[in-house]
Amino acid sequence: MMQNDIKRLSLFLLFAPFALWIILLIVLPHLGMFYISLQEKVGPRVYEFGLANYINFFNEPIYWNTLIRTGSMSMLVTVLALLLGFPIAYYIAKIAGNRTRGALFLMCLIPLWVSDLIRAFGWILLLRETGIISSSLQWAGLINTPIEFLYNDAAVIMGLVYTVILFMIVPLVSTLDGMDNSMIEAGYNLGGNGPTVLRRIIIPYAMPGIVSGCIVVFMLTAGSYLTPILLGGKNSSWFTEQIYDQFITRYNWESGAAFGFLLLAFTSLVIWGGLKLSGQTLNSTVARS
Amino acid sequence: MIMKLAIAGLLATTVMAAGPAQAETLRLLTWGSYAPDELVKKFEAANPDITVEVTFSNNEEMIAKLRATGGAGFDLAQPSHDRIYAVQQEYNIYKPLDLSKINVDAMQAKLLDGVKANTTIDGEVYAVPHQWGTSGLMANKTSAPDVKAWGDLCDPQYKGKTSMRLKRTILLGMAFDMGEDPFAAYADLDKYQTILDKVADKLISCKDNLKAYWKGGDDLSAMMMSGEIVASETWDSTAYKLHGENQDIVFVPPKTGALAWIDTFAIPRKGEADDAAYKWINFVLEPENVKIMSASTGAIAAVEGGKDLLPDDKKAAVNASFTDDDINNLKFFANIPAGVEDMEGKTLEKIKAATGSE
Repeated sequence: MMQNDIKRLSLFLLFAPFALWIILLIVLPHLGMFYISLQEKVGPRVYEFGLANYINFFNEPIYWNTLIRTGSMSMLVTVLALLLGFPIAYYIAKIAGNRTRGALFLMCLIPLWVSDLIRAFGWILLLRETGIISSSLQWAGLINTPIEFLYNDAAVIMGLVYTVILFMIVPLVSTLDGMDNSMIEAGYNLGGNGPTVLRRIIIPYAMPGIVSGCIVVFMLTAGSYLTPILLGGKNSSWFTEQIYDQFITRYNWESGAAFGFLLLAFTSLVIWGGLKLSGQTLNSTVARS
Repeated sequence: MIMKLAIAGLLATTVMAAGPAQAETLRLLTWGSYAPDELVKKFEAANPDITVEVTFSNNEEMIAKLRATGGAGFDLAQPSHDRIYAVQQEYNIYKPLDLSKINVDAMQAKLLDGVKANTTIDGEVYAVPHQWGTSGLMANKTSAPDVKAWGDLCDPQYKGKTSMRLKRTILLGMAFDMGEDPFAAYADLDKYQTILDKVADKLISCKDNLKAYWKGGDDLSAMMMSGEIVASETWDSTAYKLHGENQDIVFVPPKTGALAWIDTFAIPRKGEADDAAYKWINFVLEPENVKIMSASTGAIAAVEGGKDLLPDDKKAAVNASFTDDDINNLKFFANIPAGVEDMEGKTLEKIKAATGSE
């Protein structure tokens, strides 16, 4: 009896930090935001209950266009991060020796020791019209007039891929690491060539890592603020910027909160669709790696 | 070993926290460079029982922070004069000032009266002036000698070499440039909306002419100093700073008048150190302290002869930019009535989202 109580108490104590975290930092703020998002402002200090903020979003093409733009660019970033990250992860997990593996992993980690902001400024120094790339191309005689590489969507995508690629590499390495080399050998012994082995053996095995990497990368990208703002040009709207503007510039917390929920719903929907398409579940991917 | 160090550290912080028992903290919410270290140290030396904690911010974020707490968390804030009246009516985040505790005689009468008129609600005054400055144009004299008006930023001869910040300043400047008086139209919001629509069309067609929208003083300075742009909308203090490094870069008051702002002192509604706040206000208005402040901010203090208290290089830059006519032509930002932020925000979004011809 006594034993049981102690067990229950220790279980409760173990669970308490997690429960407090979820309730105080995730559930309560979201409830508060949801409540705010359902308030309609009808005059100074006068509010009514209703869905006007959500209806506004759908009536104004600027808003949903920006959301779709943000979503599609985030997907592009995810695909690019996967294409670039997979060979790197494969090299680290399967080809590199034990000692180089640590060093390579460390090299992937080092950029994360610097804040997002500093990394964005690094890109600015490289890409601007009078920046390093433009001036070295001029010096090499490849171009005659300076070229502006900054302030366009390509710069935003590159900056984002650079920021998030690590979150693709880590889950991929950990899944590929668990794969027995003899499976690949068997594939070749049975007459498969490189592409077949990749398609029929490696990718299916790595699928949980691929999916969880994609989920994390997509979420991070769609919710990022600094990189699109700093590297983006005159037309590069990002949805988080809209949310910031609603809250800060327009003093319109009600609509900002509604936008926040719409972003959450949109990204959740995309991920749900991705999981359905790839035939994976959250349990088999994110929870595992 | 590490454990011991940690415990020692913990003890030290507790002792420090418990030390000066009656110590008061002045939590200042202000603009970057508005609380130079030198001045904070001097103030703390003169008032050993007060510690100053500074948070740097801007108009919108100051209001958002105070709104989130109903005016708690800070003891003195410094929003611009046009951000008091409607904000106070809407969110009730400031408390009335006790003018008898402020050395109002030190303030320049015209600015003081202006701010008082702008921030009086039910007979109570909510703000007094601290420093003022303007928004206008910055141009490189050698490569863009003809930039004289807001509209010149859209002049095709400078295609790809101009910039502006996509905020309300450029909406107002462009409205004046098109012969409208946006401040007068605040009284009739339908009329203001038609002005905004006209301005939006102009700025959308102008988009192609710009290199990029600048977001802060740093990227504006970098673009201007590297010669990537030759003219831009700017704060005067940024232009003065660059003038010190490159004499060709000057501040140009637009011919329709530079837009003038006054940053104020206002006490948040749930501020807990009013006396310390009043002490700080009076302290930074003393002439020798104004000098330190102006050297850091590049803005002119709202005291009599404030311009003469600027450091020499900044004074020279001001004199190079402003004639007396320009000073008389200043357009002070009018109080923003409720609802205008939303209209302007929508217009700005429309401009940002328009793909123009790119």
